[in-house]
Amino acid sequence: MAGELASPAASRRPTGGGSSRRIAALRLLRRRLIQAVPLMLGVVVINFCLIQMAPGSFLELMTAENQVSDPATIELLRKTYGLDDPVWLQLVKYIWALVQFDFGFSYRQNRPVIDAISDHLPATLLLMVSSITLALAVGVAAGVVASMKVRTFWDSLVSVAAMFFFAAPGFWLGIMLIVLFSVKLGWLPVGGMMTIGGVGGGATGAGGVLDVLHHLILPTLALGLFYAAIYTRVMRSSMLEVAQLDFVRTARAKGLSRNQVTIGHVLRNALLPVVTILGVQMGTVLAGSVVIESVFSWPGVGSLLFDSVSSRNYPVVLGIMVLGSLVVIAANIAVDLVYMWLDPRIEIR
Amino acid sequence: MALPLDVRDLSTTLFTRRGEMKAVDGLSLSVGAGETVALVGESGCGKSLSALSIMRLLPDPPARIVGGEVLLNGRDLVVLPEEGMLDIRGQEIGMIFQDPMSSLNPVATVEKQIAEVLMTHTELGRGQARVRAHELLELVGMPDAGRRLDAYPHQLSGGMCQRVVIAMAIACSPSVLIADEPTTALDVTVQAQVLALLKKLQADAGMAMVFITHDLGVVAETADRVVVMYAGRKVEEATVDELFETPLHPYTAGLIGATPVPGAARAERLADIPGMVPPLNALPQGCAFAPRCPRVMARCRQERPKLTQPAPGRLVACFAAERG
Repeated sequence: MAGELASPAASRRPTGGGSSRRIAALRLLRRRLIQAVPLMLGVVVINFCLIQMAPGSFLELMTAENQVSDPATIELLRKTYGLDDPVWLQLVKYIWALVQFDFGFSYRQNRPVIDAISDHLPATLLLMVSSITLALAVGVAAGVVASMKVRTFWDSLVSVAAMFFFAAPGFWLGIMLIVLFSVKLGWLPVGGMMTIGGVGGGATGAGGVLDVLHHLILPTLALGLFYAAIYTRVMRSSMLEVAQLDFVRTARAKGLSRNQVTIGHVLRNALLPVVTILGVQMGTVLAGSVVIESVFSWPGVGSLLFDSVSSRNYPVVLGIMVLGSLVVIAANIAVDLVYMWLDPRIEIR
Repeated sequence: MALPLDVRDLSTTLFTRRGEMKAVDGLSLSVGAGETVALVGESGCGKSLSALSIMRLLPDPPARIVGGEVLLNGRDLVVLPEEGMLDIRGQEIGMIFQDPMSSLNPVATVEKQIAEVLMTHTELGRGQARVRAHELLELVGMPDAGRRLDAYPHQLSGGMCQRVVIAMAIACSPSVLIADEPTTALDVTVQAQVLALLKKLQADAGMAMVFITHDLGVVAETADRVVVMYAGRKVEEATVDELFETPLHPYTAGLIGATPVPGAARAERLADIPGMVPPLNALPQGCAFAPRCPRVMARCRQERPKLTQPAPGRLVACFAAERG
C-alpha cells in the first residue's frame, strides 16, 4: 500500500495549496487504477485455477439431481457450458467474457451470474460499510478517551473491553447478541434484512429504511466490534506516542487547552496508523461478513457463496471472488486517498 | 513597577522510581523590559526544565514545581490554576523551541498554526487572523510570505520553520519571550539571521527575553546579563562583559576556555572540562562541580557554597572565588 508513497522528507518544494494536492490525488488515483488491472488478472487466474482443482464439476451434480444418465445429453450439456474445451481455453474465454462484464451463467438460478450476485451484493456492502463506520467511530473515540485518561479506571475499562471483543469469535458474539437482544429482551430482530410482510415490507420509503436499519444493528455489532477493538488499541498507543512529540508542546505553549490540543493537533496525526490498518483489513472485513451473514441470515453474497459452494455452482463462486476482489481494491484506493488527504507529507514519486 | 519576569527561588523536582531529583534548585532570575538574560550551561543542567517550569509546561509526572515563585508582571504563576495559565501562554509569554522542524504540526498549514494563537487570545475571526498571520510572516522576514501561508512545515527549510515558530510566539505581543536554544538546530548562516531577527523584534517591542543556550558565542552576541547554571543551580550571574572578562566561577571559566577564539594560535588546544555533569540523583555532598573543578579545596567536598555578591550586580557560588 505504501509502495509508491514518497517518504515525508522526499520533497521540499515551497509550494502549498489545494490545487497541487488535488492534482497529486488524481495522479495517485490514475496510478492505482492502472495497477489494479494486472492485480485483477492475477486474482482471476488464481481463483480460476483453484476451482479447477476442486473435485467434480457442477455438471455431475446437475445431472445427478435431474437423474440424467444419457451420455448424449451429458455431452450436449458439456458443450453448452463450454466444459469440453481445454482448461486454458476456458480460462481465456472466461477472461474475455469478464472484459465484457459477462460473469457467465448460473444454472441453479437459471439467470446470469451477475444478476444473481447483484441481488446480494448491496446487502453485503451495506453491512461492510456500517461495520467499518462503527469500528472507526467506536475505536477512535475509545482510543482517545483511554489515552486522555491513561492509567486510570477508564483506561483499564477500555483495555479490558477491547481485549474481550478482540478475542471473541464473530459467530459466537453474534449468537450471544441474538440471545440477549432478540430472545431475552426482544428489542431487535433475530435475523434477515427486513420484516417479512411488515410495515414498509417493500423496502421503500422511510419505514422500509428504518426497518432495514433495525435489522442491521446486531450484524453490524457482531462484525464491527472486533475491528473496533483493534482500532481502539492502535488509536490509544498512537495518541500517546504523538502526545510526546515536540509540536504538541508548541501547541500547549500557544495557550491551547488540553482538549484543543488533543482534538486539533494530536488526533489527526494519531489517525494515520488507524487508516493504514484499515486499508490492510478491507479484505478480512469482507471475509468476516460471510460468517456474520450466515449467523444472521443476512441476504448478502456470503449466503450466496455458501449455497454456491455446496451446490458446486462454480461460475457464481468465481464471480463472487472476482467482484469481492474488486470491492477490496476499490476500498484500498479510497483508503489511500484518505491517507493522502490526512497527511500532506505524502506525495507521489 | 514590577519586572516583566521575576523568578524567585524556583525549585522543580523530578519524582522518579530511582528517587527524587532536584532538576531546578532554588533558581532566581529577573529580566527587565527590553533586557535579554542568557541561561547558560551544559546539557542536563536544568536550563530547559527551568523554562518549562516558568511556562508550567512540565511533564507531570514526573516533574513538579516544589517551591518558589514565578512573578510575571507581579503575578505569581506557580499558584495560578491551569485555566489561568491558558491566558498566559502564547499571550503574555511566548516560547520558541529548539528544533523548528519538529516544533510545528506536520499536518497543519502555516496559516492554521499561526491563526490558532490569534484566534485563541484575540477577537479576530478566521479571515482577519489570516491577514494578521500574513503580516506576522512578513515581520519575521519570511520570504514570499503570502504563498507560505498555505504551505506545510515539510515544504519549508529549518530556518523558515523557525521564523514560523517565532511568528507564533510574538503573535500576541507577549511581554516575555523565552527562547530555548532557538538556533541550535540551524545552519550557522541561518543562526545569525535568526539571532538578528530576535534582537530586532525584542528591541521594537521592548520584550523581556530569556535566552537559553549552551553556545557562548551566541551569548556574547545577544545577552545583556548571563546566568550560568550547573546541576540545577545558579552558580554565577554577571553582565555579559564582566562574565567574559573576569569569570569568577571555575565552571564559567572552563566554559569560556572551551570556546574557540578566532585568530588564536592554531597549535593551542582548546581547554576542556574533564568529566561530565553528575546525574541529579547522585550529586556529591558538597559543591556539585567539585569533582571536575581545577581549584577544588577540601571544603568544597564538605559544604555547598552559597551565592555571594563579590561586586554589585555579580553573584557567584564558589569558595575559591570568595578567596579570590
